[in-house]
Amino acid sequence: MTIAPSHFTTVILFATFASIIFGITQRSTPKAMVRYGAYCFVLFLAAVIAASWLMYFIRH
Amino acid sequence: MMAQREDAAKQSAASKANRLGYMALVAGWLVPGAGHLMLKRWGRGLLVLASISCMFVLGMMMGARLYAPNTADLLDMLGFLGDLGAGLLYLVGHSLGLGQAPVQVVTADYGAKFVVVAGLLNLISAVDAHSIAVGRKP
Repeated sequence: MTIAPSHFTTVILFATFASIIFGITQRSTPKAMVRYGAYCFVLFLAAVIAASWLMYFIRH
Repeated sequence: MMAQREDAAKQSAASKANRLGYMALVAGWLVPGAGHLMLKRWGRGLLVLASISCMFVLGMMMGARLYAPNTADLLDMLGFLGDLGAGLLYLVGHSLGLGQAPVQVVTADYGAKFVVVAGLLNLISAVDAHSIAVGRKP
């Protein structure tokens, strides 16, 4: 079975899993883990959206 | 005499924690989350297991290529090291001949990155389990 998700779906999946692991491994308390995981997730998405707009303006 | 006994007890406890740390490290590398589960960190272990396994499986479903050990290309060697971080997921997948087909779709490249990053995240998790076992992290 194969799947072919869109680029953005792939980014969301990647950001979700990576953020969970970063949260668990980089912080000690459950509350700090959730906050850091959410922070990483937002940063992943923000970086991708910023890079996408940057590429758009380079192209146009 | 008392001081000697206390020193011996401390050394024994440190040695036990050290052994447990290495066991957690190896278990965590072989099976994602196993290091945390071994230390009874159930929530963390299950989340690590689910995240790394999903990432690896989704990568394979996207048509990822599994890197094999070779000395021909530096990038291939680095990819192999990243893949190897997934432990048994990689070893079983490679022994079953998965990820050997030529890349035909663009998502296969995303998939390959998913598999490599799953391996690297698994290594971070295994080291985290080691840190918990030896008392460096609560």
